[in-house]
Amino acid sequence: MTGSLARALWLAWRSPTGRIAAITFLLMALVALIGPHLLADPTLIPDAVSGAAAPSASHPLGTDQLSRDVLSRVVSGARVSLAVAALAVALSLTVGAAVGLIAGYAGGLTDAVLMRLVDGALAVPRLFVLLLLVLVWDRIPLAALILVIGVTGWFGTSRLVRGEVLRLRRAEFVQAAEALGATPGRIILRHLLPNVAGPLIVTATLGLGDVILLEAGLSFLGLGVQPPTPSWGGMILDARPVLLTAPWTSLFPGLAILITVLAANLLGEALQSAFDPRTA
Amino acid sequence: MTLLTVTDLRVAFPGPNGRVVHPVDGVSFTMERGETLALVGESGCGKSLTSMALLRLVPPPGRITQGSGILLDGQDLLSLDERAMREVRGGRIGMVFQDPMTSLNPVLTVGDQVAETVRAHQRIAAAAAKARAIQLLGEVGIPEPAERYQAFPHQLSGGLRQRVMIAIALAGEPALLIADEPTTALDVTVQAQILELLERLRESHGMAVLLITHDLGVVAGRADRVAVMYAGQIVESAATDRLFRSPSHPYTQSLFASIPRIEGPVGRLAPIPGTVPAAHAWPAGCRFQPRCPRAEERCAVTPPIVTLAGGQTCRCWLAAPTP
Repeated sequence: MTGSLARALWLAWRSPTGRIAAITFLLMALVALIGPHLLADPTLIPDAVSGAAAPSASHPLGTDQLSRDVLSRVVSGARVSLAVAALAVALSLTVGAAVGLIAGYAGGLTDAVLMRLVDGALAVPRLFVLLLLVLVWDRIPLAALILVIGVTGWFGTSRLVRGEVLRLRRAEFVQAAEALGATPGRIILRHLLPNVAGPLIVTATLGLGDVILLEAGLSFLGLGVQPPTPSWGGMILDARPVLLTAPWTSLFPGLAILITVLAANLLGEALQSAFDPRTA
Repeated sequence: MTLLTVTDLRVAFPGPNGRVVHPVDGVSFTMERGETLALVGESGCGKSLTSMALLRLVPPPGRITQGSGILLDGQDLLSLDERAMREVRGGRIGMVFQDPMTSLNPVLTVGDQVAETVRAHQRIAAAAAKARAIQLLGEVGIPEPAERYQAFPHQLSGGLRQRVMIAIALAGEPALLIADEPTTALDVTVQAQILELLERLRESHGMAVLLITHDLGVVAGRADRVAVMYAGQIVESAATDRLFRSPSHPYTQSLFASIPRIEGPVGRLAPIPGTVPAAHAWPAGCRFQPRCPRAEERCAVTPPIVTLAGGQTCRCWLAAPTP
């Protein structure tokens, strides 16, 4: 899209951790995208339930106590977890960027009101709000889960964007655009937004890891993704009774969470240092 | 024909101890169509703020006070609503900023930035705006404008960037171009080229140019008239050759004495002692009086604006006819 953005992405790609993390993340996304089409139905319970079976040739990661294939459940769980995370992060990023841009550019009363609201929202623990909201539904629909995670996650982003905008709005190129008759909307979209793209990309990447963990946690509590839809957190919840006798039922979804979150965080850090002018 | 009439322009800022200060304090001047007026002064004299006030872009909490007048083509800019004022900015009044390194958006191509301003002031399709932008880039002397359209600011030299800024300022076909220290951030060799470009564009577009500078060398031979600012006020104005031949205000005389000259005897330069005081510390009476080598007792009283031969004006007791 832009010169400096392409340069930063290239720098992140060139760092070893950045590249490994990016490849891992892309592989995970690819698996989530096409894996479910190649594997058995993760919700399929065979007619003869024979309990959890250890990994074997027919079930590389074993089966759970309902004789469902753990591999196809982990792969389908990837699809659910990544989709929830991507959509929730996209939502919180959009709202956060919009609020931050408006508050920072408008200044004055608009800024004061918006930022005091954000301060208030940040003072309430997110998990508490989420638990309260998801308890409203007996079995929360996936779309509602995404919405709830998204709308409780933008406060930090809006502050970050506002800070950047406050720095940029006194920049000469913004003043020049004003002096040459650009409308506020145009200044926000064409001059401010592209200049906060870097921090936004970093926030989004780090946010993906956070949201995957958050969704896994909620699903583990039985308040997130609802069965029979497989999710990593839900699989660990299901595996609790056989934690010691059939460790593969919880180990593999746990590993999937670990690898994905680690990849998101490492990629986020690589991007962060790539966007930092001091390391460039 | 008169293009711009500024009368008694005052900009107020909240000062220390709840007082109100006026960094621009009663500035009046007129500009004819197609003429170049140079506004000259030291840093802090209010010349840049004056130019921002013409566009009604005084940074908050500053404001233009009641009783100020800005007429462009007979239209009162101070009574326009914000929407109409946006059309004036970059439309009938174009502006070139001092530092082309920071006044272009680093993440947009220079061509897009020209095209954007074209579209802000004309209802034309994106493709036509791009063609117009390439034409403007060519007109300001950028070689291979179609290729350079895709360049980002950091890929261009300072001189080329300033040419891009000038292309952007021309995008709305302005009747008045304000150039605020357009060459201060550039290499000396590039300075002359940019000034020549401005001169050529003034003629081909029939624009008036308000050239804001601290450098009398920039003014010589380029401006039709010069207004010298000191401490928020215009202290002297005259046709350029007249001002250079017979500066009447002690401040203008001191400015000339502080410039090195090629001809004449070699001697020490005479810097003006002290600095321009901040707006809250301006003395009563003549504001130059504490630094003036010729100050007298009557300078404690606000001096009159005296009109001399050839329309030269001077805000000084010494220029007043002796009673």
